[in-house]
Amino acid sequence: MTLLQYFKRYFKRCITGPWSLMCGLSVSLKYFFSPKRIVTEQYPENRKTLKMHERFRGRLQMIEDEEGNNHCTACGMCERACPNASINVLPTKNIADKKVLGRYVYHFASCTQCGLCVEACPFGAIRMAPEFEVATTDPNTLEMILNKKEGQG
Amino acid sequence: MSQLPPGFRITRETNTDEFFINMGPQHPSTHGALRLTLRMDGETIIELVPHFGYIHRGMEKQAESMTYLQYIALSDRQDYLTAIQNNLGVVIALEKGMNVGVPEKAEYIRVMLQELGRIASHLVFFGCFGGDLGGQTCLLFGFKEREMIHDILEEVTGSRLTTNFFRPGGSRYDVPDTFIPRVKDFLDHLEDSMRDYERFLSKNIIVQERSIGIGVLSKEDAIAYGCSGPVLRASGVEFDVRRANPYSIYDQFDFDIPTAKNGDCYDRYNVRIAEIHESMKILRQCIDKFPKEGAWRSKEKPVRLPVGRYYSEIETAKGLYATYVVAATTGDKPYRIHTRGPSFPHIGALNKMCQGHKISDLVTIMATLDPVIPEIDR
Amino acid sequence: MFVPSITNPIGDFVRDIVPRLAEYLPASIQSDTLNSIVAFLVNALICVIAVCAVNIGSAPILIYMERKVCAHVQCRLGPMRLGWHGTIQTIADVLKMLFKEVYAPSGADKLMFYLAPLIVLIAPFIVCALIPFGRNLVVADVSMGIPLIIAVNGFGVLGILLGGWSSNNKYSLLGALRSGAQMISYEISFAMILLFVVMISGSTNLMSITMGQEGTILDWWIFKIPVLGFIAFILFFISSTAEMNRAPFDIAEAEQELTGGYHTEYNGTPFAMFYLAEYIALVTNSALAVTCFLGGFLPPCIGIAAVDNYLNMVPGVIWFFAKVYFMIWCYMMVRWTFVRPRVDQLMDFEWKFLLPVNLVLLVAGAAYIVVFN
Repeated sequence: MTLLQYFKRYFKRCITGPWSLMCGLSVSLKYFFSPKRIVTEQYPENRKTLKMHERFRGRLQMIEDEEGNNHCTACGMCERACPNASINVLPTKNIADKKVLGRYVYHFASCTQCGLCVEACPFGAIRMAPEFEVATTDPNTLEMILNKKEGQG
Repeated sequence: MSQLPPGFRITRETNTDEFFINMGPQHPSTHGALRLTLRMDGETIIELVPHFGYIHRGMEKQAESMTYLQYIALSDRQDYLTAIQNNLGVVIALEKGMNVGVPEKAEYIRVMLQELGRIASHLVFFGCFGGDLGGQTCLLFGFKEREMIHDILEEVTGSRLTTNFFRPGGSRYDVPDTFIPRVKDFLDHLEDSMRDYERFLSKNIIVQERSIGIGVLSKEDAIAYGCSGPVLRASGVEFDVRRANPYSIYDQFDFDIPTAKNGDCYDRYNVRIAEIHESMKILRQCIDKFPKEGAWRSKEKPVRLPVGRYYSEIETAKGLYATYVVAATTGDKPYRIHTRGPSFPHIGALNKMCQGHKISDLVTIMATLDPVIPEIDR
Repeated sequence: MFVPSITNPIGDFVRDIVPRLAEYLPASIQSDTLNSIVAFLVNALICVIAVCAVNIGSAPILIYMERKVCAHVQCRLGPMRLGWHGTIQTIADVLKMLFKEVYAPSGADKLMFYLAPLIVLIAPFIVCALIPFGRNLVVADVSMGIPLIIAVNGFGVLGILLGGWSSNNKYSLLGALRSGAQMISYEISFAMILLFVVMISGSTNLMSITMGQEGTILDWWIFKIPVLGFIAFILFFISSTAEMNRAPFDIAEAEQELTGGYHTEYNGTPFAMFYLAEYIALVTNSALAVTCFLGGFLPPCIGIAAVDNYLNMVPGVIWFFAKVYFMIWCYMMVRWTFVRPRVDQLMDFEWKFLLPVNLVLLVAGAAYIVVFN
């Protein structure tokens, strides 16, 4: 690079450099003076207005009617679909000696909420609840039994 | 130090001005648990050795005991910034064997989510690039728009990051009615924001000074190291899987492949910013052509994957993502799945790019390579 | 016997009150010498307390302000939990920091390691003592104000160098060396601009520099000399940003590169001192800019008597702090907008751009004075 070229570049940058910096500053000033652009939410305060999307995958939940009856037949498809063994379906026998759901054990701690169990269920007995506040201080609560009643078969 | 190659030991003969710096695994700008051992002379890097494996989870081994569907869920966890694209990579490999057709609407859904994912990943790059250079504001700017994409993804797939959405023969759900208007609104918003952001960073003289001529990767080197994606294109190679080996319905869209000549950090930055605009172009075409009616999942049920070897490659935001499935038995479990991720070769080229540069340049180069460490370690 | 003299305006009050209080003492120990020594000590105590109050009191306000400014640039709200809009947040943070365990890394030079944060604090405190906050509000009204500031300001780099060197950490060492090179270089242009101010105002005393700007807003040094004053102000802004190690010139900290630079190994109270020093330096540098260019404690009169009367009714201290906080806001906007230059580019910028421009400015200023005065 000749000296002339060097100085040409030097003086060119003396002009364009500050201008480019002012462009940047104008953007940050614009954002500073427009409070409408603020995107953050004040979470615990706006808890009541928060609504998760219908498809949001939170905790696993058993679909039950008002009396607590479910559609589970203890077929174990969800257990097999689960990639990390978060589900144990423990069947039992009813009076008619038919295999029905005894306890549906769900290990929330190891669940990745992939939703494969819901997809695998042929009866639509389970769903992912759109809950997101699932943190707890007691790890024992993460082992849950989802069904209230034994299966009807 | 015993793990270091011979050149990495200070002997009596070597210059005692040299010293080692251990950068990472806990370092703000290694983008995760990556450890770099630097041999330095003052502030200048003489040599660099990357060490991987701090978050190795053995995904490929895990896959051998998993069903294919479960592996789709696992592929989310590789490159978490382009999770939705990884899903498609796996699904396309499976579809080759299962021989299911994909309905048109499903293809459109795929392309749209792909491009949204690409924009999201490039926005993270934008934020991290500015953040690593010292402008923390850019970080928030990039993530602000990315959150909107994640909102859309959450509504469609049910999860923000680990989407687990595509299935052989289509997708898991149909898109909701609000999807198209939401994407349209988002594109308008993004167009405005990108104008601001480019004003904020692209023309900034400090950014230019710090990235032009830094970390130059020549065309030959880029090919030799196996780089792909924006890193390869910034070095002047016009290679994009979407164009070279079209998957899904990418051959029906009109888009450019942005390339640059020099292969330095500023070029990589510009290529990524240009790709955001190209993705927006594709998304607008999708919105125009989006079929209102039609199946979103193929009617024929996907059969079990027959014995064979299946290979797919797609273009994620980072580069070429290839999946190789070996099915030894007709069943729902693979014999072996291998993934070729884009970030690993890029880190391999890091030593070449950093030599003779300052430690600050290393941060810039790392940012423009845009690696995701969980995808390297898997 | 040496009788220390009291030179600052606050001292007048002390000088009056001490002999009156001394009358209550037994006559045998009353003497004028004792009175003046007591008056000197009392005065010194008052001054130290005043400087500490201004400095340490402003630090939490500034940290809160920085968080809010940064948040609003980034489309966030900033702290919102503690108190109204998070006003007590910084106090809580300071308390948390003070209660943390203080420990030095193994292999650190303990004496130097704990001495460094104290040294860093000295420079901004001394500079603060020289600044006139109001017509009679100056702790030390020394005639050689500007040279003293230039001399003292160089002290800060010592603490940073010591802190970085003694922590036994390569990142800290790199940060300290960077900061040493940076601050010594930028000291030159910092001094040059102050020299320019001295040249146009004809005094090295900060009080008389301020009083030289009396009149309307156009009599401030930034506007009084067309163009040159403004350029000098911008140059002062840049070099003082570098002098304070603030972003975009924070290469000594460089969180993304050096994980915190010279204060990587510091925690608890010593870290709080580095943090405090950074913000006090922000106040003092802004105050210096206000004194030298923006008319100090003088109100921004516009030449219309009706308006000026109202403006003059507001005490000078309020004008002073209003201007200082405006300057601080400017520093913050710059900090949260620009990215950081590389260490060699920073040096290039100083030696190849700032210094030549400063020299040209000095010559032009001299020519202006010769031609128009």
